[in-house]
Amino acid sequence: MSAELALLGPILAAMLAAATPLLFAALGELVVEKSGVLNLGVEGMMLVGAVCGFAVAVQTGSSTAGFVAGAAAGAGMAALFGVLTLLLLANQVATGLALTLFGVGLSALIGQGFVGIPIADVPELYIPGLTDLPVIGKALFGQDALVYLALAAVPAVHWFLYATRKGLILRAVGENHAAAHALGYKVIRIRFLAVLFGGAMSGMGGAFLSLDYTPMWAEGISSGRGWIALALVVFATWKPGRVLLGAWLFGGVTIAQLHVQGLGIDIPSQLLSMLPYLATVIVLVVISRDVARIRLNAPASLGKVFHPDA
Amino acid sequence: MTLLRLEARGEASRAMVYATPLLAVALTLASGFLLFWAMGFDPVKALHAFFIAPLMSLRGLGELAVKATPLVLCAIGLAIGFRANVWNIGAEGQLTLGAITGGGLALAFYGEGGWWLLPLMIVAGMAGGALWAAIPAFLRVRFNASEILTSLMLNYVALHLLNYLMHGPYRDPDGFAFPESRLFEADAVLPLLVAGTRVHLGSLFALLAVAAGWFLMARTFIGFQIKVIGLTPTAAGYAGFNQKKIIWMTLLLSGALAGLAGLGEVAGPIGQMNPTISPGYGYTAIIVAFLGRLHPVGILLAGFLMALSFIGGEAAQIALGLPKAITGVFQGMLLFFLLATDVLIRYRLRFGAKRAVVGRAAA
Repeated sequence: MSAELALLGPILAAMLAAATPLLFAALGELVVEKSGVLNLGVEGMMLVGAVCGFAVAVQTGSSTAGFVAGAAAGAGMAALFGVLTLLLLANQVATGLALTLFGVGLSALIGQGFVGIPIADVPELYIPGLTDLPVIGKALFGQDALVYLALAAVPAVHWFLYATRKGLILRAVGENHAAAHALGYKVIRIRFLAVLFGGAMSGMGGAFLSLDYTPMWAEGISSGRGWIALALVVFATWKPGRVLLGAWLFGGVTIAQLHVQGLGIDIPSQLLSMLPYLATVIVLVVISRDVARIRLNAPASLGKVFHPDA
Repeated sequence: MTLLRLEARGEASRAMVYATPLLAVALTLASGFLLFWAMGFDPVKALHAFFIAPLMSLRGLGELAVKATPLVLCAIGLAIGFRANVWNIGAEGQLTLGAITGGGLALAFYGEGGWWLLPLMIVAGMAGGALWAAIPAFLRVRFNASEILTSLMLNYVALHLLNYLMHGPYRDPDGFAFPESRLFEADAVLPLLVAGTRVHLGSLFALLAVAAGWFLMARTFIGFQIKVIGLTPTAAGYAGFNQKKIIWMTLLLSGALAGLAGLGEVAGPIGQMNPTISPGYGYTAIIVAFLGRLHPVGILLAGFLMALSFIGGEAAQIALGLPKAITGVFQGMLLFFLLATDVLIRYRLRFGAKRAVVGRAAA
């Protein structure tokens, strides 16, 4: 086996891992947006999920407990957003921004005592034979459980949205909340549940970063991944399968940038670090320029305030 | 059956427009009291150290103005955009670019400056910020790309660009590899306004921006167009208002003001280029804009309040060993409470189920 091919295996595996937090957060946000709510607080929910997951894992010694805590913390933040936007009818854009600003501060506060503490890595899958396969073995059969969970969430979300009655109702609420309300569906309750799900998924994505990907806690550990996840939902034109594609693309860009740095190619590392953000902008432009496609696929009530009496 | 419900008011309550920011501040202080108590600090002492002690000296008041300056400059521009539903959240990056371009001139003409250098830096700073904001404007107008996401992504790009420059071209040649530039020379530094403080010419610019922002919104046709587009985009379309022009204008304007804020930092209190120009002024300015009700005068007051949260955080860190991150928590809480209480502008709270009220009226 040539040296290039030997390098390909670890790169592929790293790409899948780098895509995982984006996949969690973007799938969660996709369900939220399908219900007609725009939550710009993904970055804040990821950070709080990351720090709470890390803190609980350090205290209990169990990374499973950490992931559960991360999801719960993300959902808790999302509940705050839900109360403000759905019950108190606050502007969704402003509240989402507030959630991110609050999450940045809160996570830094909680994380005070946890900076620089090492934590045991989450064990990876090992299937004798399969994991040892060249090139694809490590990528497909040597990851840890969360990577597989994120992958499994893609068909699960698709199935829920397009093959179940509840999914149909959720989409109806997102397309036309007044009509759904007139049919007797509980618009606010359905949206609240969607928002909670989105928060839990963001929290999981954050916990994956601090417990598994890095693994450690540092202030602002998500470094814009929550925002990239928001862009991914648009890139995917609100389709779960395309979220996967987008997440892999960004995982690829992230890893490629690290490897170029590692190969000693003479480009300053700070300039290479811009790549994921620039790629997000470019991808967003390519998708958004097709106005008709966005209009066809975006939930029609996205971001609009609903009050049953109005 | 709900015990508490919202009943639409006939029209927005003027009184509540002014009352809810005060209510939000009161609720934030109450929550801060509980938070300090839960963290094991004496809440009264902590709140005093945070919000009152910093204001007890001329130096402290000066610092308040120094910190309020970039916040107000950024928020005035952001608010004008928000009024037109143009969500520029890239003020942090635009501020950074203003520092890079304006501060870059100070380094380029090091040792050969003159009276002309400072005005040139100011123009360059504003141009740098406007240029950075022109990117989301172009992408929105030409390609329909959300300015929220593009302007935010550019914040990270700007930060990495600054980092690159500080480790490369901008680094002090005699600085032992520290990522800091030379100290700016006297003709590249904004003059001080009040002896014994660090209040500089930038604060005057901020006041001018408040006045100009008020004039633009209240007395010009462009301000009227901005308001109509923000309230009812369809009406603006029928009236033939050019929405693309307004997107360009609001983004360029807010970019230029943020750039000026960035230049004011490096040519003011910092006095050199370094990798940490802003503790998040561009993000906090979003809160300032909302807290100030997107109105220039409100923004001025809100700017001072948020400036207090920055210096209060520093003071409490030194006096009581409170973690610095408290500042961000306070800022976030304040915005939450404001958004939550804003419901009272258009709705009243009613207790008891709707049916019961109707029944009583009939009886």
